[in-house]
Amino acid sequence: MSHFRQDIRQRADELVALYPRSRSAMLPLLHLAQEQDGYLSDEGIAEVAELTDTSAADVRGTASFYDMFHLEPVGKYVVGVCTNIACLLAGGEEMLEHASVTLGCAVGATSEDGLFTLEESECLAGCDVAPCVQVNHRYVRSTTPEEFDTLIDDLRRGRLDSDVPAHGTLIRVRRSGGLRAPRAEVAEQRTEAKAARDARAAKEEKK
Amino acid sequence: MASFDAPSIVLSRKGYADSFTLARYLETGGYVALRKALTMFPEDVAAEVDAASLLGRGGAGFPAGRKWSMLRKSPVSYLVVNGDESEPATFKDHFLVERDPHQLVEGVIIAAYALQVNQAFIYMRGEFALGLERVQQALNDAYEQGMLGRKILGSSFSIDVVVHPGAGAYICGEETALIEGLEGKRGFPRIKPPFFPAVSGLYGEPTVVNNVETMSNLPWIVNNGGAAFAALGGGRSTGTRLFALGGRVKNPGVYEIEMVKNTFRDLIYDPRLGGGILNDRKIKCFIPGGVSAPWFGPELLDLPLGQDEVAEKGSMLGSGSIVVMDEDTCVVRAAWRITKFFSRESCGQCTPCREGSGWLERVLYRLEHGGGRTEDFDLLLDLCDNIAPGLTWPPQQTTICVLGSSIPSSINSALTMFRDDFAAHVKNGGCTHE
Repeated sequence: MSHFRQDIRQRADELVALYPRSRSAMLPLLHLAQEQDGYLSDEGIAEVAELTDTSAADVRGTASFYDMFHLEPVGKYVVGVCTNIACLLAGGEEMLEHASVTLGCAVGATSEDGLFTLEESECLAGCDVAPCVQVNHRYVRSTTPEEFDTLIDDLRRGRLDSDVPAHGTLIRVRRSGGLRAPRAEVAEQRTEAKAARDARAAKEEKK
Repeated sequence: MASFDAPSIVLSRKGYADSFTLARYLETGGYVALRKALTMFPEDVAAEVDAASLLGRGGAGFPAGRKWSMLRKSPVSYLVVNGDESEPATFKDHFLVERDPHQLVEGVIIAAYALQVNQAFIYMRGEFALGLERVQQALNDAYEQGMLGRKILGSSFSIDVVVHPGAGAYICGEETALIEGLEGKRGFPRIKPPFFPAVSGLYGEPTVVNNVETMSNLPWIVNNGGAAFAALGGGRSTGTRLFALGGRVKNPGVYEIEMVKNTFRDLIYDPRLGGGILNDRKIKCFIPGGVSAPWFGPELLDLPLGQDEVAEKGSMLGSGSIVVMDEDTCVVRAAWRITKFFSRESCGQCTPCREGSGWLERVLYRLEHGGGRTEDFDLLLDLCDNIAPGLTWPPQQTTICVLGSSIPSSINSALTMFRDDFAAHVKNGGCTHE
């Protein structure tokens, strides 16, 4: 019995088919598991293990290395405030402190209503709009305390639903179709191309 | 005065709001280079890139053409594009994947054709949600146009490209760690030798790993020829390059300017570029190429933006990100925050890096927040010396990858250039900056 919903499971199977080895689909599959559950549940981890021909321990061991994977439930919105060098010079620490007050929770914790999880981020590659804030890994404009409060209010009221999907949904654009270059035909092409190239090189050498 | 004589190579569509769409890309000369490349022999396409002397734009600055020619004898199995941009203060690839994804895709197809690779992966930083969507859409468009897939554009060449989302790990920008991530594992850098994925890469097979900006230069090079690219810039630093300018400047942003013909002063002060220091304060120092690079003082502002020019002065152009600190900046806090970053992002395999980064971070923390001692200065340098013996540039290495040996850069720079600031922190029981 699959833990993944039917549509998620179908996308999972499609993902695995894109890679020469099933384990390579690990990171995208974990993102997919988070899309369904909002975090990595035991059931989600078990299903990813099955899909990648690994064990739940392998999956958990891999997932725990990466900051974007959450082994505990998080809020609908994961708010990341960068305090790394460029943002530090633009008041990133003060922004993080302000965020903590506005959301009423400590860094790394989730707000009482369960809506927001606050994180201190490393450089988010948005240094031209410092201090940089992301919600669910989407850039939002919030460089002043006032802008931050407006942002949180907009999120609460659902005004940004179309821009910022719930945590876990990373890529909304689906890949159209699987691999198109048939493996057997490609192998043949490679042999032919190499032979042609070697022939050209030999001819060049003769000259 | 900054030089604006060079054409815009990778940011030519910057002015269009819809620069990321297929329609705009086609209208502005998109995919012409691919059609041209497909009429050439693959090795001739590679020769153009070699002639361009295009240095890799990821950070190490290895010539892309030479990376490819290492593989001339044995066929390449995979092309992997490094879009895991995470070096603090670097945000140029972010710009390229969001604003011109088709240019990247075209570059990838051209590279794949030159290398005769039939499967490519674009490993993109997971935090680039919009960038991931834009690149996936560009791939979908390219498939629909017959520019990807089986026997593209009527040629005998087939190519599939898969975009692979990362999941938040700085170390995955290191090419062997990136390959581990692509194999579905923890991002642990691999032991060298073998030094290059060209020898043993994805699944142990010959693999080429190139940066997003490097790929994005290829359509222009094919259209205009490698010689035209090599005519720009100077010395080994050819062409234009993207510089990500941040910190205490009036106009932080991504700027494409000709290499060597421009200096750090041009980039930071020209009104069409950085526009000078915020509130017209004085510059204190700047980081010339990402936080792994040693810092420069104002006396080096007139140094040309070239790879060898910066290396000669004991630092690196690295990922092309310049961070400006002004006279009000607390350099102790800056060094502490950079070290905290390395401590968080150390993968934990090697003792000097894993233990050293945390220890250094705690010492810098107490200097900044109160409780620091004068003996801490020597302690910091001694710890750094254990990670990168001799504190030379380029650094000696005691670790599997260069993350470890990058940690001392900011600490050694800050202590050497601004020891008085550290002494004031000890005297005052912590930081007195606002």
